[in-house]
Amino acid sequence: MLQKQTGRQGGADRAPPLLHFRSVAKTFSTGVVALRDVDLTIREGDFVSLLGPSGCGKSTALRLIAGLATPTSGRLDWRGGTAARGDIGFVFQEPTLLPWASVFENVWLPLRLRGVSRAQAETAVREMLDRVHLAGFDDAVPRELSGGMKMRVSIARALVTRPKLLLMDEPFAALDEITRFKLNDDLLDLWLDQRFTAVFVTHSVFESAFLSNRIVVMAARPGRVHGELPVDASFPRDAAFRTSQEYAQLCRQASAMLSQAIDAGSGETHGDG
Amino acid sequence: MATVDGNAAALDPQETRRLRVERLERIGRWLLPLGIMIVAIWLWDRICVWNGIPQYILPRPGVVLSTLWSDAPLLFSSLLVTLKITFLGLLLAVIGGVGLAVLFAQSKWVEMSFFPFAVVLQVTPIVAIFPLINIYVGNQTAKLLLCAWIVAFFPILSNTTLGLNSVDRNLRDLFALNGASRWQQLRHLRLPAAMPYFLGGLKIAGGLSLIGAVVAEFVAGATGQSSGLASRIIEAGYRLNAPRLFAALILISVTGILIFLVLSLVSHLVLRRWHESALKQEQ
Repeated sequence: MLQKQTGRQGGADRAPPLLHFRSVAKTFSTGVVALRDVDLTIREGDFVSLLGPSGCGKSTALRLIAGLATPTSGRLDWRGGTAARGDIGFVFQEPTLLPWASVFENVWLPLRLRGVSRAQAETAVREMLDRVHLAGFDDAVPRELSGGMKMRVSIARALVTRPKLLLMDEPFAALDEITRFKLNDDLLDLWLDQRFTAVFVTHSVFESAFLSNRIVVMAARPGRVHGELPVDASFPRDAAFRTSQEYAQLCRQASAMLSQAIDAGSGETHGDG
Repeated sequence: MATVDGNAAALDPQETRRLRVERLERIGRWLLPLGIMIVAIWLWDRICVWNGIPQYILPRPGVVLSTLWSDAPLLFSSLLVTLKITFLGLLLAVIGGVGLAVLFAQSKWVEMSFFPFAVVLQVTPIVAIFPLINIYVGNQTAKLLLCAWIVAFFPILSNTTLGLNSVDRNLRDLFALNGASRWQQLRHLRLPAAMPYFLGGLKIAGGLSLIGAVVAEFVAGATGQSSGLASRIIEAGYRLNAPRLFAALILISVTGILIFLVLSLVSHLVLRRWHESALKQEQ
């Protein structure tokens, strides 16, 4: 395990940027200002957590990146242009599986929609299922799986196309702590292994501190970037990291910044960090 | 570990009671309606005897049964005619209902424009429309089919439309994210998601199709060799042949029940692996 990937450090400032938010704002037709004046750079290979209270627009930011929503003003600059952004994996808060389809068919789906036959997809799907520790569950249907296993299927599905970018919208919020810890570990393993860029939306300080190399703290009403916290702890991170002084210190910093953001959100508007 | 009282030791009184209630309920579900049915038939028989009711007014159950036996060739050939109309009507209702629902699902505009027409067709009593059909359609079978279809297609249309539109928003996003075409979205997402709704509609439509076929034949007043059960009932009514009337009635009811059971079974088999409605309740 340890000899696998030790070179990947936190705060990878020298990595080329993948995506810039440039003064991005999003206002819904209801009048709700979901995001205002967001400037944010996501670098290749980042594991960025968007941390903030509900209503801070973190899910909206994710949908903008995915292209499921368009900004009201400002723009998203992709390196090489929007056309070059390639495949994007998305993991929703719910597992969001097809309830009538088997585990295999669920993971196959993104490939299937790209015209890849079952036989052609077989290797990729099985490898992915293996990676999320679901080998042998090909024929199970979602209702036969536990919440954690469903989420694993969802992650396998998001990664089966080998996307450059994986977007996750509070994927583990509904899981119990033991399952969440395990999935956090596995997610980091996958990230170290497959070298995708990850944007992870969460409201958990502990989760963001454990996973990311950058924590972007957001404030609500209107949603905006409050500040950013680089996480310099090296990867891989394991159970020992969870109990380390470094991790505790990090959580304290992130908590403090989040409290500030929450205070700022209830009062007057505040510039970005 | 169980020691003195053997296998019963594992369960506390509450669980034992629950188990007993469950067992009773399982038996009662069949036994109770059967018992009530037997009592009702016995009462029917007694009422005939006690009041000396003549056979042409209310025949005794035994007479109805023997009529069912003796008139079987006539009745069953008529049943076959009715069944043919029923199933063809149902088939057309499935094709028409699902086809229209898929069309509606392609665009909100199409649905908004045409759905009211379907409602109008549904709420107007078929008996009232029939004289028009009688004028416009020459072929007897076509007339009856059209009636059965009008009555049966609406629940399929409205249920399937509802099903096609009730797809999880995130799944829709997922398909969009993966560049799914309209056809792919329909084939891999909306049609399977609509399946439970469609099957619910089908169960209703099966019974309605039979009703449509019988009612249509009533108003069409078809007679002759190739006529269905409704004509037999009318005929028997004219001749005060109450036993045959009852026998035909029983055949129609039993057919309706069978159609419902078969469609329920189909629905259960299709959905049993994934849909809540087909899952066994767990404690």
